[in-house]
Amino acid sequence: MMPVHRGWLFGAVLALTGVAHGAGDPEKGKLIVTAGDGSGAPCVACHGLDGAGNDLAGFPRLAGMDAGYLVKQVRDYRSGARKSAVMSPNVDDLNDDQIADVAAYYATLNTAPTSLPSGAPGALALGEALATKGDWDHYIVPCETCHGPGNVGVGSDFPKLAGQHPTYIKQQLKAWKTGTRNNDPNHLMLAIAGRLTETQIEAIAAWLARQDPKGGK
Amino acid sequence: MRPFSTVLWVAVILGSGMLHAAEVPVEHPPFKKGQYVHHAPTVDDLMKDQEIKPQLKKVILKGRDIFMNTQQYRGKYVFSRLSCKNCHLGEGRLNWSGPIWPAATTLPDYRGKNGHVNSLEERIAGCFSFSLNGKPPEYGSDMMLALSAYHQWLALKAPVYETHIGGRGYSSLGKDIPKDIHYVQGEKVYQAQCAICHGATGQGKSVEGKVVFPPLWGDESYNWGAGMARVYTAASFIKNNMPLGKPGALSDRDAWAVALYVNSQERPQDPRYTGDVKETREKYFNFHQYTMYGTERDGVLLGQHDNTGAKPFLKPDALRPRTFDE
Repeated sequence: MMPVHRGWLFGAVLALTGVAHGAGDPEKGKLIVTAGDGSGAPCVACHGLDGAGNDLAGFPRLAGMDAGYLVKQVRDYRSGARKSAVMSPNVDDLNDDQIADVAAYYATLNTAPTSLPSGAPGALALGEALATKGDWDHYIVPCETCHGPGNVGVGSDFPKLAGQHPTYIKQQLKAWKTGTRNNDPNHLMLAIAGRLTETQIEAIAAWLARQDPKGGK
Repeated sequence: MRPFSTVLWVAVILGSGMLHAAEVPVEHPPFKKGQYVHHAPTVDDLMKDQEIKPQLKKVILKGRDIFMNTQQYRGKYVFSRLSCKNCHLGEGRLNWSGPIWPAATTLPDYRGKNGHVNSLEERIAGCFSFSLNGKPPEYGSDMMLALSAYHQWLALKAPVYETHIGGRGYSSLGKDIPKDIHYVQGEKVYQAQCAICHGATGQGKSVEGKVVFPPLWGDESYNWGAGMARVYTAASFIKNNMPLGKPGALSDRDAWAVALYVNSQERPQDPRYTGDVKETREKYFNFHQYTMYGTERDGVLLGQHDNTGAKPFLKPDALRPRTFDE
């Protein structure tokens, strides 16, 4: 057995101060999703009861997203660490338990991804190349290096990208580029997004959106 | 690549929070005058190259596949949870990340590691034996041929036996740990900068059984004989490559500290173990002078154990001396 070393203490501290929360209750979450926080629009109005979201409107798909990731994002909207004129008023009256419940609910959903039209082959090929091989000469690390095989996400820190709406992906990459989003841990996304061109952003969004959220080919 | 002075100013501005960061710079050391700077070809280049026969393309791509997913051989040639690409970033093409093509142009040559002249295949065998905690494919095998082809194709147009190479290996911070670099400092850097990917206890992260972020210590990481176990090697690797996407983001001192921390953790035994760690350290002191193997941490002697991780033996047969005497 490898001897235990002091890292575990830091790990425990990290876990407690990080995204960890009591595991939320999906049943309770469903009620909050429908009723909202009492002062804004309920989640269901934009993200749907099925968590499908809406591409044109830029409402992301929440179904099947990691609960811990969703918790952090909602808390960040509530505190202003992540800026959105749309989201903040809708979540600012949710307490931590309610956030955990909502996240737990959406995390359990298996909603089929929205079908998209075919997409331009050139853009898709570029998007696939960037997502799987990157462009190391411009220090663009492949998305899947951090977001996992098939870009299905890794734990609570690296969200699922496969099957996410293209409009939303584009918006977020642009938000990092312009500095309007900066709640990514350690500027890890800022580093990559800052190096992407418009064409690359379009291509990546088009390709990722058409991938199976479960990671199948 | 930007000159270092520009990079410093950008770092100052970013550090002072003045800039609405729309860019995180890529900071690498400058190339030295007279160095050969290589631009290795990409897979796209390979597919478009009319001069390379399809049979060779196939073998090169096989070599690339082994390099990128060495884990497919776990239990056979690899017993760690590492693949070549984890330390040789950018598909083994990337300057400042141990690009692999120099092994094809500068070998056969004498290597201090084993005290004799090594071929490219023997160099690759070293990576399997130490860094991957495994057993190398047989010399002359299809796998070795494929890996050699991948190395050599990446060296396309590089001058043979030109050793004055820019961006080679991991030693840009020099070999000697600066004064006042401490384990505790390294632990803080690790938890703040590294744990999010590599885990609070260095265990790495996998998704659906596939390794995403490699383990940095413990049973599944590189063993005590790996080059990365040398503090200076890890420090330069980290400085120029980590956190991923942000080369040069850590100060030199933070890179040294976290390298010391990571390389003061336990890992599988050095395949050259004699049965006693201090004896092994002495015997291979040309290597271990730079590692924490055989030194004490918290009253415990690092490396004094029989743990070979998932590998069911200590030393692969390929690790043997050569004398060139008839």
